[in-house]
Amino acid sequence: MRPPSKAERAAYAIGLVLLIVGHGLALFWVPPERMMGEVGRILYVHVPAAWLSLVAYTISFGAAVGFLFTGRRSMDHTAVASAEAGVVLNALLLATGSLFARPTWGVWWTWDPRLTSSAVMWLTFVGVLLLRSVVHDPERRATWSAVSTVMAYVNIPITYFSVQMWRSIHQVQSNPGTMDSDMVFVLRFNAFAVLFLLLGWLGTGRRIAASIDARESAPPLESP
Amino acid sequence: MTGLFGVLRREALLEWRRPGRWSSLVFFSAAVVLLVAFASPSEAALREQAGGTFWVAILLASTRAVDQAWQVDLENGALEALVLWPVEPAVLFYAKVLALTATLTTVALATGPLILGMYDAPLRGDVGTLLLLLVTGCAGLAAPATLLGAMTAQARGASVLLPLLLFPLVVPALLAAAKGTSVLLEGDPMGQAPAWLGILVTFTALHWSLGGLLFGRIVEDG
Repeated sequence: MRPPSKAERAAYAIGLVLLIVGHGLALFWVPPERMMGEVGRILYVHVPAAWLSLVAYTISFGAAVGFLFTGRRSMDHTAVASAEAGVVLNALLLATGSLFARPTWGVWWTWDPRLTSSAVMWLTFVGVLLLRSVVHDPERRATWSAVSTVMAYVNIPITYFSVQMWRSIHQVQSNPGTMDSDMVFVLRFNAFAVLFLLLGWLGTGRRIAASIDARESAPPLESP
Repeated sequence: MTGLFGVLRREALLEWRRPGRWSSLVFFSAAVVLLVAFASPSEAALREQAGGTFWVAILLASTRAVDQAWQVDLENGALEALVLWPVEPAVLFYAKVLALTATLTTVALATGPLILGMYDAPLRGDVGTLLLLLVTGCAGLAAPATLLGAMTAQARGASVLLPLLLFPLVVPALLAAAKGTSVLLEGDPMGQAPAWLGILVTFTALHWSLGGLLFGRIVEDG
């Protein structure tokens, strides 16, 4: 496998520093949320995970479309790396959401549109990654995962809309106008921390995918 | 159009020569209807969830149906021969989806009266709208099931992945069909059925278009 590039190392280093500082600010500097108190601090992990999981899925979708048009294998590597990152961030989103739901709503899980569509989105992309794991031919694997990624991504809005018609108890999304400016700053700070980590991860994931491809595309060794 | 009818005729012949294929699906969905009753706390709850149970049975049957449909095509290189036919892959896709829609509609028409009788569900709404919802729901499930089935059937040991890929993807269709059916069974006093039908039509249109565009890549690279 190729060694990590300077950009990849830099992204990890910047991401890690920002993450430590951002979490310090979230825990000790920013005031507690008026209604939820100290529990509200989990939002500084929850919200960036939500934003960045969508960013990761969007990159994966873009790369999948790119692969279908160009056939360039590097696009497939980007698609899988970002889908993996999206799945991990999405799992973090669901886990922190559940931890937050218990003291706030009194339940670990509720069938709210955002929760339901996040869980559906997570399962859909887990399915895409599992499909990849059972296909051994690199060309076929790339095509099939691109097709299933496109299907999974375009389904997100209609899933959200349909479950929203079904039921909703989630808080209305806050915006910078309804939030304390310190809170907005820390949320964005943490989002940048996760963004840099995501960029580092994309680099690592792309290298791993490329090395798997190279290994599986190599001609069989000749017998002596 | 000739190509579409040619492939459709082939699919119809396959079903005609093996009636056990669709009849086993009817019994499969009947078994689901029966089993769900054991998980229900009361007969009143059973009545309330009739619409949802009906569509879960159809969805489960669709995974078996699509597995069966692709299995035949993978035997003796039939899929390669189909791809070599002088028809566009999209035509092949639409023929397969229409055939699966017809199969699922048959299963649904057989399961419907069964669930009405066994769950003692009322039928107060407009039967025409209910039938429209039923056909649209089957068409909506058929498109992604056909596309994903084409992949999972070709990969060794991946048939278990079909439900995992299909179920989360068809959540909007399942939800809209189940809620639409439930409100129609109750007579649709709040006029909600058109909204659910709208979601179902949007989902169906999206996946029929997407499938037509993407199917060629799956069978040509397969």
